[in-house]
Amino acid sequence: MVCLTELQQKFGSQIVESHFRDNRRIDISASILLPLLTSLKTEYGFNMLVDLTAVDWLEYDGATDRFSVIYLLLNLDSGERLAVRVPVNLPDAVLPSVYGLWRGADWMEREVWDMFGISFSGHPDLRRILMPEEFDAFPLRKDYPLKGRGERHNFPVITRSGS
Amino acid sequence: MTDGRVPAGVSDGLLVWPLSMPLTPVDTLETPSAEREYVWTLNFGPQHPATHTTLRLVLTLDGERVLNAVPYIGYLHSGFEKLGEHLDFNQYVTIVDRMNYLSPLANEIAWHHAVEKLLGIELTPRCKYLRTILAELMRMHDHLLNLGTTALDLGGFTAFLYFFQQREHIYDIVELASGQRFHTSYTRVGGVLFDVNTDWINRVRKFIREFPKVYDEVDRLLTKNRIFVDRTKGIGYLSRDEVINFSAVGPVARASGVERDLRRDEPYLAYADLDFDVICSRGGDCYARYLVRMQELLESLKIIEQAVENIPGGPVNIGVESDMVLPSKPSVYRSIEGLIQHFEVIMPNRGYEVPREQIYAATESPNGELGFYIVGNAETRAYRARTRPPSFIHFSMFPHMIRNHQLSDVVAVLGSINIIAAELDR
Amino acid sequence: MAVGLPENIFITKLDAAANWARSNSLWPMPFATACCGIELMATAASRHDLARFGAEVMRFSPRQCDLLIVAGRVVMKMLPVLQRIWLQMPEPKWCISMGACACSGGVFDTYAVVQGIDRFIPVDMYVPGCPPRPEQLLQAVMDMQAKVRRTGTVMGREFAIRDMPAGPAPFDSDERYRIEDTRLVQLGGFSAAATSAGRGATQG
Repeated sequence: MVCLTELQQKFGSQIVESHFRDNRRIDISASILLPLLTSLKTEYGFNMLVDLTAVDWLEYDGATDRFSVIYLLLNLDSGERLAVRVPVNLPDAVLPSVYGLWRGADWMEREVWDMFGISFSGHPDLRRILMPEEFDAFPLRKDYPLKGRGERHNFPVITRSGS
Repeated sequence: MTDGRVPAGVSDGLLVWPLSMPLTPVDTLETPSAEREYVWTLNFGPQHPATHTTLRLVLTLDGERVLNAVPYIGYLHSGFEKLGEHLDFNQYVTIVDRMNYLSPLANEIAWHHAVEKLLGIELTPRCKYLRTILAELMRMHDHLLNLGTTALDLGGFTAFLYFFQQREHIYDIVELASGQRFHTSYTRVGGVLFDVNTDWINRVRKFIREFPKVYDEVDRLLTKNRIFVDRTKGIGYLSRDEVINFSAVGPVARASGVERDLRRDEPYLAYADLDFDVICSRGGDCYARYLVRMQELLESLKIIEQAVENIPGGPVNIGVESDMVLPSKPSVYRSIEGLIQHFEVIMPNRGYEVPREQIYAATESPNGELGFYIVGNAETRAYRARTRPPSFIHFSMFPHMIRNHQLSDVVAVLGSINIIAAELDR
Repeated sequence: MAVGLPENIFITKLDAAANWARSNSLWPMPFATACCGIELMATAASRHDLARFGAEVMRFSPRQCDLLIVAGRVVMKMLPVLQRIWLQMPEPKWCISMGACACSGGVFDTYAVVQGIDRFIPVDMYVPGCPPRPEQLLQAVMDMQAKVRRTGTVMGREFAIRDMPAGPAPFDSDERYRIEDTRLVQLGGFSAAATSAGRGATQG
């Protein structure tokens, strides 16, 4: 079991824990992200990274940051789950990459970059994964409209006689 | 195949592999050297015969041997997660259906499991058993197609036809329950769309009686078939450490020795009352994954049998006083309370109260742990609906699995990790 | 065809014979992207047997097929691929747009999904449904056979006269408004990079 006071002793007291239904979450700041996750993997046994995702808080009442990046961790031997939430703000939305800890983070971080524009330093190959390479916006941000800005129909037409 | 990537020697999928295989670096492209100057590139494009739809691989080959494989995805990215921010919980279930389209009801059950956890709803016992039966039918549905297309890609057309006929029977069962054979949109917040009757139960019993015969036929066709075994044994090996590090789940992980099944470890719906085994193997290759899926078909049959015999009576939806489910049509048309309750649920400026909280909840879909991370914002739409897609994460392991295999093994490995493009790209 | 005939001579019996042969041996090119692909496979499986219509030969090479069945949603990353496959198919060729997503975008009115492939590819037959039942697809194949028998010619004249795009204008006013409003997409700039197939196509 991960004990909050132990983590606070090691990494500072600004770690906040909360519970909702059966989820256990800790909110940390980006400066202690990599040491904390390394410690969670090596000392507390969270050997699987279940998911790495982000949320854009632009249209949420009472939000303090622009983005949150969420790491969902799982300890396979004890079945314990933990969510680690990190706030990220523009203009420099950069976090350290956890590719070295969990290889599964490779594509998850690429997807967060593609969809939100949050880059990860230390990632070996950070490029777009779901959108085409030439696409220049970040679709899952709240200021990008659902139907896009005309990119989806920007193609030449082939007619019957011309094919 | 004995080139250092896979342990040499005979395996039957159940021997103990050396668990200390080191992780090999993935992304070094071998440059042509004097001994190996004939290195060429093949585009296994987004349109290809291996029936796994739109994914693209750029293979670097030395003759027939794959040196490197770079996957390109996104050819089916349709903006599912963006749609989740604009659609109601009960409307988004139609979109979630279309993610892992081999087992649509499994996605719906996973979605509403997460939504109901966010809302703090406890389902009725009958609904739990009904959803369990449908989830296991969908597990069989997915495995039948995966095994059928694995056989098809390796040249065994007969298994494909036999398994597709069984899938048609499952389509009939699902159509009898929900009205639609494929994308059912059957679950709702707090329950399901329609209840089922004894006719449906008898149909399920008939299917349970007749399935084992077909299973035996295909088992005899494939499991000890020399060609099939030669094409899948030793191919695409993954060790237990690699599987955990790559975040793989489901049959892919269980075939490499990770004993993790959410139905047993974090029981949801009616799984706590039912007796079943978790199928694991230590083989780690395509043959082991095939064996795990075949055996899971029989385990699902066992679960459905138990659930069908013990399905409780009572209402299938939670009570209408929660303001989350629609009342019955007779009460809507004939009583003022029913009309008001209907009004409260349907009208856009009304609806029920959703906590402004975030939650992650997962179920064991046929492909592994399908989880949803939902952020609620006090209205009946999610603020963020993230899917944790097993296929996406499994496909990232592909370059690692395919090194130093032959070109014809690409198809076998792609089939064994069950990549579904809609879940891959969302 | 190698027969050098002037355009105003009709060879009726040869036309009818060619149409009969072509309609009863339509070889589909399954461009199966999503869920409709599974129903396409189910149509080819044993309960709804597509082989009865001579169409079970699903050759995955476009050079050997004559019926392109676009089954599933086509996203903007995939559209150049679809156009290239269409251009690679030799004439006579027809196209069935299967499912709501291929016909009009379906449930996915989002930034990534093309709202109907008939905006960019000439389509002969539309199959509604999400996904269409196999029986609907069989009906579409039968109607395609009837269409080929009714309007086909040996020389392929019926293809040369259709020189307008079949579907709605690729930019309807709603899209134009969005583009002018935000001024983020340079018309032509994005597509020139994205489509190499587009260089060979003519503008209707």
